[in-house]
Amino acid sequence: MPEIQSASGDAQLADESFRTIGKTYVDQPRMTASQVNVYYGDKQAICDVSLGIARNEVIAMIGPSGCGKSTFLRCLNRMNDTIAGCRVSGTIRLDQQDIYDKRLDVVPLRARVGMVFQKPNPFPKSIYDNVAYGPRIHGLARKGVELDEVVETSLRRAGLWTEVKDRLAAPGTGLSGGQQQRLCIARTIAVSPEVILMDEPCSALDPIATARIEELLVELRKNYTIAVVTHSMQQAARISQRTAYFHLGHLIEVGETTRIFTNPQHKLTEDYITGRFG
Amino acid sequence: MNERQQAVYATVQASLRRRYARERRFRALGLGAVILGLSFVLLLFTDIISKGYSAFVQTYITLPVYFDPQVIDPNEQRDPAQLARADYRQLVRAPLRALFPEVKNRRAKRQLYRLLSTGATYQIRAMVLADPGLIGQTRQIALLADDDVDMITKGHVDQATAEERFGADYRSWLQQLTRQGRLHTRWNIEFFTAGDSREPELAGIGGAMAGSFYTLLVTLLLSCPIGIAAAIYLEEFAPRNRFTDLIEVNINNLAAVPSIVFGLLGLAIFINLFGLPRSAPLVGGLVLTLMTLPTVIIASRAALQAVPPSIREAALGIGASRTQTVFHHVLPLALPGMLTGTIIGMAQALGETAPLLMIGMVAFIVDVPNSPLDPSSALPVQVYLWADSPERAFVERTSAAIMVLLAFLISMNACAVALRRRFERRW
Ligand SMILES: Nc1ncnc2c1ncn2[C@@H]1O[C@H](COP(=O)(O)OP(=O)(O)OP(=O)(O)O)[C@@H](O)[C@H]1O
Ligand SMILES: [Mg+2]
Repeated sequence: MPEIQSASGDAQLADESFRTIGKTYVDQPRMTASQVNVYYGDKQAICDVSLGIARNEVIAMIGPSGCGKSTFLRCLNRMNDTIAGCRVSGTIRLDQQDIYDKRLDVVPLRARVGMVFQKPNPFPKSIYDNVAYGPRIHGLARKGVELDEVVETSLRRAGLWTEVKDRLAAPGTGLSGGQQQRLCIARTIAVSPEVILMDEPCSALDPIATARIEELLVELRKNYTIAVVTHSMQQAARISQRTAYFHLGHLIEVGETTRIFTNPQHKLTEDYITGRFG
Repeated sequence: MNERQQAVYATVQASLRRRYARERRFRALGLGAVILGLSFVLLLFTDIISKGYSAFVQTYITLPVYFDPQVIDPNEQRDPAQLARADYRQLVRAPLRALFPEVKNRRAKRQLYRLLSTGATYQIRAMVLADPGLIGQTRQIALLADDDVDMITKGHVDQATAEERFGADYRSWLQQLTRQGRLHTRWNIEFFTAGDSREPELAGIGGAMAGSFYTLLVTLLLSCPIGIAAAIYLEEFAPRNRFTDLIEVNINNLAAVPSIVFGLLGLAIFINLFGLPRSAPLVGGLVLTLMTLPTVIIASRAALQAVPPSIREAALGIGASRTQTVFHHVLPLALPGMLTGTIIGMAQALGETAPLLMIGMVAFIVDVPNSPLDPSSALPVQVYLWADSPERAFVERTSAAIMVLLAFLISMNACAVALRRRFERRW
């Protein structure tokens, strides 16, 4: 596997080319994407993106709206399979396993690589059933006390327990937007995935709930690998170890979060971070 | 306001009157269309109800019937076979003769006996068979009147016509019976339980309702699971390729095929090829299944499409398989829509006549069917049959049968609407 794919250095500072700047591959990769291209019909949404995600790190993906962050994230657990006309090329590995291998079963893959979606999408069932659904279908906990425990821990970790503990039988769709998003997070972590993909998990949350989610991410990092799409650069700076900047389907720059925010190499990255556009 | 804002304001004001006028015109047009439609429906309903409501009561003549042992059971055996065979006509004729002793000649007597329906003798016979203890007693019994008496009593035949057709005696008999309080009408329960008959006063829709029930049962049991399974497969599992496109086009085409074609198909395949019995609700149900399947499939697919993709994503995203996603999340949400579609399909099937004519469900069948294999007719076919009969009394029965059919249709559609209301969801 190639270690460093693209050139870096000051020579490219003013270059507007879309070649990735920074170290795309990591030493202890959990997931590795190489030369990934994604097409929606004829339209190319992701161009030649290579990116490694290290064990126990939080990687933030930033970039202007429509640049393909969600699309790339959805490739990592093959959620794009469900979209008619969406084609993915290149290879993506989870540990050493090619997840786009024809023989690979997506069901266990998605149990290992969980996802929280941009729009909260609780099931129109009770709060309890929302969280219990994953453990139930995977047979992770026995019905009764064991399952109750999984539900409670998941809700606690998502910072929702105190608000809903008295109405676990109420429908999940009856919660507020922010509560729904935390319910979705609880639902995802109830399955104990190895990698968690989060698509703007805090976009509908107030600062307190956001802080709670961020705490959760910091804590989850000890055991999990997390990729977060976010529009908040402060959030990216607070929670992530590395940051990837996307632009029009290209991965423009990737590196240590502190480095990206203090010393961006690419003009586009710099413009975005300093708020000149995006 | 500055000058420019004032100019804008003036322009808006000027255009406002025209805009409102257009809006009023459009609203009046829409209201007119609705009123026109409603008045046609109202016209139809008033016509049917005014013609048909009187069929729900029936005229009876109360006479003192002497259960003469000499006639019923001369050798006093109380043998049921003998009781069933006795000549009960005499029992109902005797009180008539007694009531009108002045009637002497044979023709006039025959005329007199025709005041009562042939059903009156069956009535007496059934009473005796049920309770042989009646033999030897005299009872006041309301006997079923002939349909002509019924029509005159209900005022559907005016006095002049009646006199012209049945003679002056007939009229005076009826007047005398009325004076004595022997002529009266009561709730016609037999209309709902009896099978068809050549005698209007004996004809009921019981057989047709049972036929329709069995037909619809077969249709429901087949079209609901097949239609929903097909819709789920096409919507959730089938690959999108030319073959499934072809299937889709064909399903939509099938929905537009005239129903009589399905009848011909049923005749050729189910009856001639598979040798299933003619006139049977089973075959009717099979044919109507063919007819309603497209409706059910199309409605079910629409219901599945209406389930937001985010629900599917949520389930798939935590590792549910495709089948689990469909059966745990999508289907429960789509089911009310599917059932609504199925009920509407069933309502269509209930009112369908043409294909049933082709498979012989138009035959004259007196017995109420007991299984989907017994020959029978169906409600709309019964309407068709009676509408063809010349007797005045069948006119009201036709309308009454239509009322019953409409009542079923309306309640089924109301069910569909209620179901839709009840399970309407916001996401
Ligand atoms: N299902 C789809 N079909 C066709 N095109 C799509 C589809 N989903 C996304 N796209 C296109 O792919 C590109 C990337 O979209 P994507 O949703 O990944 O953007 P994003 O970076 O997540 O934006 P945002 O920050 O607004 O969520 C966009 O140009 C979008 O129009
Ligand atoms: Mg997005």
